Amino acid sequence: MAEFKLPPNSIIQSGKTWPVPEGARQIQRFRIYRYNPNGVENPRWDIYQLDTENCGNMVLDALLLIKNEIDPGLTFRRSCREGICGSCAMNIGGTNTLACTRSIDEFGGNEITISPLPHMGVLKDLVPDLTHFYAQHASIKPWIEPKEIPADGREQLQSPEERKRLDGLYECIMCASCSTSCPSYWWNSDKYLGPATLLQGYRWIADSRDGNLKERLDQMDDAFKLYRCHTIMNCTNTCPKGLNPAKAIAEIKKELVRR
Amino acid sequence: MDGYTIEHHTYDVVVVGAGGAGLRATFGMADKGLSTACVTKVFPTRSHTVAAQGGISASLSNMGEDKWQWHMYDTVKGSDWLGDQDAIEYMCREAIPAVLELEHQGVPFSRTDEGKIYQRPFGGMTTNYGEGVAVRTCAAADRTGHAILHTLYQQSLKRNAKFFIEHFATDLIMDDDGVCRGVMAWDLTTGVLRIFHAQTVILATGGYGRTWFSATSAHTCTGDGNGMVIRAGLPLQDMEFTQFHPTGIYGAGCLITEGARGEGGYLTNAKNERFMERYAPSAKDLASRDVVSRAMTCEINDGRGVGSDGDHIHLHLEHLGEKLIQERLPGIAGSARIFAGVDITREPIPVLPTVHYNMGGIPTNIHGEVVTRNGDSSDTVVPGLMAIGECACVSVHGANRLGSNSLLDIIVFGRSAANRCAEILKAGATQPEINQSQIDPLLGRFDQIRHAKGGHPTAGIRDRMQRTMQKHAAVFRTEETMQSGIHKLDAIYASFEDVAVSDSSMVWNSDLMETLELDNMLQCAQTSLHCAVDRKESRGAHAREDYPDRDDKNWMKHSLCWVEKGGATRFDSRPVHEYTLTDEVDYIPPKERVY
Repeated sequence: MAEFKLPPNSIIQSGKTWPVPEGARQIQRFRIYRYNPNGVENPRWDIYQLDTENCGNMVLDALLLIKNEIDPGLTFRRSCREGICGSCAMNIGGTNTLACTRSIDEFGGNEITISPLPHMGVLKDLVPDLTHFYAQHASIKPWIEPKEIPADGREQLQSPEERKRLDGLYECIMCASCSTSCPSYWWNSDKYLGPATLLQGYRWIADSRDGNLKERLDQMDDAFKLYRCHTIMNCTNTCPKGLNPAKAIAEIKKELVRR
Repeated sequence: MDGYTIEHHTYDVVVVGAGGAGLRATFGMADKGLSTACVTKVFPTRSHTVAAQGGISASLSNMGEDKWQWHMYDTVKGSDWLGDQDAIEYMCREAIPAVLELEHQGVPFSRTDEGKIYQRPFGGMTTNYGEGVAVRTCAAADRTGHAILHTLYQQSLKRNAKFFIEHFATDLIMDDDGVCRGVMAWDLTTGVLRIFHAQTVILATGGYGRTWFSATSAHTCTGDGNGMVIRAGLPLQDMEFTQFHPTGIYGAGCLITEGARGEGGYLTNAKNERFMERYAPSAKDLASRDVVSRAMTCEINDGRGVGSDGDHIHLHLEHLGEKLIQERLPGIAGSARIFAGVDITREPIPVLPTVHYNMGGIPTNIHGEVVTRNGDSSDTVVPGLMAIGECACVSVHGANRLGSNSLLDIIVFGRSAANRCAEILKAGATQPEINQSQIDPLLGRFDQIRHAKGGHPTAGIRDRMQRTMQKHAAVFRTEETMQSGIHKLDAIYASFEDVAVSDSSMVWNSDLMETLELDNMLQCAQTSLHCAVDRKESRGAHAREDYPDRDDKNWMKHSLCWVEKGGATRFDSRPVHEYTLTDEVDYIPPKERVY
């Protein structure tokens, strides 16, 4: 029988349990994935205990409190803290989402588990390697190829109805929550573009100003790039902006059937 | 200093920062055939431009008559006459082609029934030199910054621009003649230190809002370019001018766009009174931001704030109806629900004036070239160095920026910097060697901070700085409150000498990065508070209770501030440009500023 061996440093060990802060009244435990890329240590789960009376409402507030007052080494991406930059996407309580727009209460319970976006290489702690994700986005030529720029230099006209087709598409913040929640992407991310990139792809297909429809559809018409989507719908369930990548993918498939 | 992997790179131009200004400059440079690298500490679409909501101003006349001359007048008046009118003329004229170009590049602007770019009213934007309300701010719902930033990133991809992502720029490389030769950056992912050789370095590093405790700004807005400029021995300009946005969400500080009032929203106090009618009888809730923020603060100080502590104000949007909110303000409906627990179709949003924008920064001319005072010359160009966007002070915003003029600023001057580089640089020109002696001090500083084992953790110093600025560099200022702030801040500044960094690793050492950011913020705090004490008048966002009037005789000038090693500040000034760029418009002489 074949014997499978896990790569080195992939077994997660139990780590440090930090003490309850003095005088704490409302204690919330956080179980957080830690990984130091020094090539020596295995990843571990550290346990932090916070007094939520001294903490803001959001999961990001808890991470910041840990970093500022308990363990300055804890590392995660963050920037806007209002759900528009997409930096702080991570897996919280089993769901890919943004730490800044989800309150601690929503997860509740005795302990909240936080780990990096799943099935990505980890650079450190909660920081996943998104290089390949970004390269896939760039590969679909995610920019307008205008049909025709008006000779007088004025704007390309677009009716409010045509513009409405972009709603639910242009708002994507490229946080990668959807792609990294998709089992097809876990398995075939080398070739399958994944929901985030496909949603971005449809954003241009749907834009009345774009003149590159044929090439875009030609590029998508691929057993792996597009058709690894099996309508599992994790993407739509997890999108922290309430977008519907699964529908965008279905629209691309419809466009391909139509032509 | 052993143990560092150092790699050298040579480009014609290196842009630091990938927000709107940095990206526009980067791909503008690529268009001109200059080899260009963009070094950025976050992935481009995570830059803080992404959070701009309401729109970008341009007198397109899509929704009523408009002229760039009116836009210019409003901007000059908004700046309380501290803006340089040649730069303001340039920006307002260029606004029209700049916004149309954005549309051609794919920005998903909202549309009028005729299919043109949708525009909305904004604070301080008027027609006919103050007579009517202008409809000038071009919007993509309330996500205009996001729409623009993503488009600029897409355009950069189209041109195959070279990015160094998640690289933290630490210091400028200056030669003995005061010429900028490049910049040093730390690659967070590999731990490599990179020495970028460049004919020109363009700083596009954004603002320093996080110097305060409560700000609409992102955690990454830490004044990195400003800090580098101070360490290079150059001055910052007009650092006393900090904009408080009237409508930050009470508690969380998240932004609620001025576009909410542009679409018909209004403010009330505890007596349910629309108090702005008293402070700005004509413009009311759409007066300039400094005016509205002061009015709100007065209401709260006079005991008419709302809430159980009477410490905030209500912003009403309930009357606008669900359809309009869904179409024009969907983003802030979400923010209000998440951060204030409010359904804006039914209840008012609790809001408070919140630090939002830094008018001051690195002094430049309209080409983006950094300038300094050198003896009698107040416009001496620093060779090899440019600055654009919020980190720069051109100055188009003077003492107070109008809403929707910042997205305009970054596009117009990002483009202008690229044009200037194309004009003055030769692609591939041989660059003088950078001597080890120019790099050693920068490495030394990095190494010292990396291994700092003092008694003050970074977060503690930062917290004390933020609370001090919040209290002592507030909406209203007096000599006494600011002097006591300076007293505290000097000690906080000095405590950085004894900072503690817990981690000395080189890969994604976020504790070290936050410490380097703190150093930059401390330079901003120091210059901001010291300049504020120095300027003995009230102008725009700088409101002194002990000097309540504008004093054009003594203070119609830009303040310059240097920080010596150890934190001592030194002042000088530059004259405000009292001339326009062309003969097509006359200089607008100062007058009383009423809305």
